[in-house]
Amino acid sequence: MNTQILSLVFKRLLVAIVTLLIVSFAVFFATEMLPGDVAEILLGQAATPEAVAGLRTAMHLNDPAILRFIRWLYGLATGDLGISYANNMPISHLIGGRFVNSLKLAAVTALFSVPIALTLGITAAMLRGSLYDRIVTTITIAVISVPEFMVATSAVLIFAVYLKWLPALSFANEVHSFGELLRVFAMPVITLSFVISAQMIRMTRAAVVETLNTPYVEMALLKGASRRRMVLKHALPNALGPIVNAIALSLSYLLGGVIIVETIFNYPGIAKLMVDAVATRDLPLIQTCAMIFCLAYLFLITLADIIAILSNPRLR
Amino acid sequence: MANLVEIRDLKVEAKTDSGRTVEIIRGVSFDIAEGEIVALIGESGSGKTTIALTLMGYARAGCRISKGSVLFADKDMAAISEKSRASMRGTKVAYVPQSAAAAFNPAQTIMEQVIEVARIHKLMPMDEARVRAVDLFRALALPNPDTIGSRYPHQVSGGQLQRLSAAMALIGNPKLVIFDEPTTALDVTTQIEVLRAFKSVMKKKGIGGVYVSHDLAVVAQIADRILVLKNGEVQEIGTTAQILSAPKHPYTRELLGAFKPASYASHVKAADASSKVPILEVHDVVAGYGPLKSNGQPTILALKSVNLKLEQGRNLGIIGESGCGKSTLARVIAGILPPFSGSVCFDGKELSADARGRTRDELRKLQIVFQFADTALNPAKSISDIVGRPLAFYHGMGGGDREARIDQLLDMVHLPRALKHRQPSELSGGQKQRVNLARALAAEPQLILCDEITSALDTVVAAAIIDLLKELQRELGLSYVFISHDLSVVQAICDEIAVMYAGEKVAQMPPSAMGSQDSHPYSRLLFSSVPKLDPAWLDSLERDPELVRAFSKL
Amino acid sequence: MAHFALSPRRFGYRFNVVGMIGFAIILFWALIAIFGPFLTPYPIGEIVDFDYFGAMSSKFWMGTDYLGRDMFSRILMGARYTVGISLAAVMISCVTGVVLGMSAAVIGGWFDTALSRFLDALNSIPSKLFGLVVVAAIGSSIPVLIFTLAVIYTPGCYRFARALAVNINTMDFVTVARARGERIGYLICSEIFPNIVGPVLADFGLRFVFIVLLLSGLSFLGLGVQPPNADWGALVRENIGGLPFGAPAVMFPSLAIASLTISVNLLIDNLPQKIRDRSVV
Repeated sequence: MNTQILSLVFKRLLVAIVTLLIVSFAVFFATEMLPGDVAEILLGQAATPEAVAGLRTAMHLNDPAILRFIRWLYGLATGDLGISYANNMPISHLIGGRFVNSLKLAAVTALFSVPIALTLGITAAMLRGSLYDRIVTTITIAVISVPEFMVATSAVLIFAVYLKWLPALSFANEVHSFGELLRVFAMPVITLSFVISAQMIRMTRAAVVETLNTPYVEMALLKGASRRRMVLKHALPNALGPIVNAIALSLSYLLGGVIIVETIFNYPGIAKLMVDAVATRDLPLIQTCAMIFCLAYLFLITLADIIAILSNPRLR
Repeated sequence: MANLVEIRDLKVEAKTDSGRTVEIIRGVSFDIAEGEIVALIGESGSGKTTIALTLMGYARAGCRISKGSVLFADKDMAAISEKSRASMRGTKVAYVPQSAAAAFNPAQTIMEQVIEVARIHKLMPMDEARVRAVDLFRALALPNPDTIGSRYPHQVSGGQLQRLSAAMALIGNPKLVIFDEPTTALDVTTQIEVLRAFKSVMKKKGIGGVYVSHDLAVVAQIADRILVLKNGEVQEIGTTAQILSAPKHPYTRELLGAFKPASYASHVKAADASSKVPILEVHDVVAGYGPLKSNGQPTILALKSVNLKLEQGRNLGIIGESGCGKSTLARVIAGILPPFSGSVCFDGKELSADARGRTRDELRKLQIVFQFADTALNPAKSISDIVGRPLAFYHGMGGGDREARIDQLLDMVHLPRALKHRQPSELSGGQKQRVNLARALAAEPQLILCDEITSALDTVVAAAIIDLLKELQRELGLSYVFISHDLSVVQAICDEIAVMYAGEKVAQMPPSAMGSQDSHPYSRLLFSSVPKLDPAWLDSLERDPELVRAFSKL
Repeated sequence: MAHFALSPRRFGYRFNVVGMIGFAIILFWALIAIFGPFLTPYPIGEIVDFDYFGAMSSKFWMGTDYLGRDMFSRILMGARYTVGISLAAVMISCVTGVVLGMSAAVIGGWFDTALSRFLDALNSIPSKLFGLVVVAAIGSSIPVLIFTLAVIYTPGCYRFARALAVNINTMDFVTVARARGERIGYLICSEIFPNIVGPVLADFGLRFVFIVLLLSGLSFLGLGVQPPNADWGALVRENIGGLPFGAPAVMFPSLAIASLTISVNLLIDNLPQKIRDRSVV
């Protein structure tokens, strides 16, 4: 690794940090725009003006917004996530288990879809123009063009309503056996896998097709290399960066998908928590969930960019 | 001697965008004897690369061999299975690409790719292949032959990569090597070493070759026979000596004619001009690119204190190899790149460094024409809009006046008026360059900066453009600053030639003094490196190794 | 793939069957969005059937919803919200994005850097989350929805247009125009814009699809179009209870969304191609 790469990576990380600041600023002030006074909401309609004023002072609501922002940011950084308005519980408490649940869902989906998507994407690129390629491409376009909830409802219709393999909606909080685990995860994972695999196949195929069109792959052909060798030795090593980049970017689609999927399947994850928080206007909870999502998203896209930098052979 | 290759009535078809099939090679037949080097020469689109690739049984995407046979060592490359073709590629017939930089896989070391042919065809143990490769590196006069293989392609220069790609072709001991314009992308001083290396290896090993090129002088040095192509048809086949000295076909004569431009001097003599104020003066210009350093200088300096002077009605040529700063100089004069220090005076008046600070009249008098007519014309506009814009902008012309003037301008550059409503993409390269000139003329300038305007054109077309420039000068009393890497073009039109090297003007002289013993060593080297139409030129050329080492980028 | 040549010699364009089918479906939904209210067989808010989640019948072409309202009428009206809101949002975001992108490319310098940095940061918020937070903050109404969707997709348009414009900006004809002394306005309108308009239109279509999907997603979460009005996403949400019985009330709004978005994608992938064949011209 040389200094040029280090400085590029460092710059990218710096950009990520600046972006995170801007994002947290946006999240904080967007939720600050909530109509109505928080103290009044908390105390209910019967509250006396004195009680409201007292609570306002206690919650530092009279401080300038920028001061509250800094305090909030400091709290986030030190792990003090604040208290939920809706049920007076510490947010870290509410989030803990839910966060793990969402991570589990994401991990199972990734494990399931990454190998399938890569295989389909690379083989489609290799057999470009064939019937197989056209079928794969058409299906991916179809999946990308429909909303996630439609993929989910279709999965329910197929697997639960017609085939009756799985329950329509899964909510079991306690999983005792592998069978139950499968039942809880199956529908959300199938839905999410469809959504992110489609993205990944599309990007992987594009990356491999691009390297297959380069003069050095033609040169390999003119050296008498077999098709296998052209792909494995010449195209793939150069497409590796773009492919890993595609994986990281596709995984960021998990975040959008997970909101719909957790809602529709009633899955006890962090996205469901956030959608519920929006319904009850639980400000600190929304802020924290939003920050977790942004952080995850930013992490993935930064990772994708850094991989792109590292994989450029010309910087070696 | 038996014929190694026999091509009979070869036809290749290509599919166009609209799905129509067009014949791009129309019945070509020729032979190559064992150990013979045959050159395919012609302009772009003549089908020379397509023919060369059929020798490997290969046609690029969208093309297909439709008829005829390509017998290579008694096997028809057009008819045998893909598997047997693959077994011939690299072992019997090998390929040296035009751009070696693109043909090397950036993710593998050079050695790995050079010996790949041996690995694919299991020709020899890998250790033996490596030893052989190093021998080839040495034979091709590459520096550090023992270690160069462990580098990655982006770590070596273009001239070296070109020779490394020849090593890659030769490792499998082929009977025939196809060279596809292998020196076109190189500077002239580099080209010589590469050509010499190719020639000596080919002769020593008695390997046959097909040398594809548009440059007759280069081909004259290496080929035994020359095949002249146009529009996918053979115009003439003959030995190198016969083609050069006694061409039969009119097209061959035209090619040769374009190669020997009559030397030219503008009608204004130096003595008359010196009394007047110079039209262009450049004083101590320093300019470059990249982030600024603490003293305000750019990090990459492209020009280090350049001075120039040009009198009204005369032409100044600026020559130098890629990266010498000649195009940067044009940009500084045109106000596109403001210099760090120094000044540009036009007609005795100092111009603002940035075009935005110049008056409309100052801008009008100084026009610039670029190398690539493809990118210099807005593809979304019609020819009349492109030529008409300066008329509206500088002269406030509109309506019928403007239309009439556009017609006049098209006449001046010898383009049919019917082209007015076409888009640039519907024009040929030479036509586009004429539109490019017409746009500059529309401003009614006094000085035109020509930045490599003939470099992307075929020889015959380029010669016609030069003739047009001369004619316009006689009629309109223009001055040109003519920037080029091609010495013969500059000689054809300029009164004075400035030689640039590494951001500095190293010499300035009239064309007649080029290459004389008392000129600057670099200009001597540059001048002596330009290939001549004499087949014995390369072998008899003696260059001072000190000089080569000092100035060339090998 | 079948190619249908629209007398190429006259027009110089080729448009294949798949693209035309896509175009026809888009046109169909556009007409429904405009004339939908005149075509509904039943008033959209009226309960017309005693049975809820009714099956398809000659009386109710697409069955009835969870209250027994006519689905066909509701889908015709839903087209107006889905197509209308998405179209308004995509227009705002594309116009803003393209104008800013071209300006950034031509002007360059700190203007470009600051704008790009800011919009990139905006782009680092997942789109659904952004919608969720804003709707939670301000509440959902049609102008808020249009504005939010437009803001979410402006950075993408900007990035796309800027990348194209930067490429064009390095071309020699722009340099020639600069050296001629042309002003920035002319460079943007006359030299850059005509050369990026094709890809920008294709991008417009793609972004329209994204916006339809996001709007449907938000409505599905109950954060989009509010009752008693309903776009297609909201129709799915209302009737999700019918999913276990495979009620047509859940399937038809989904199919409507899919038909629109897939057609747009098909049209973009099969746009009429100008034939670049010199010998024909």
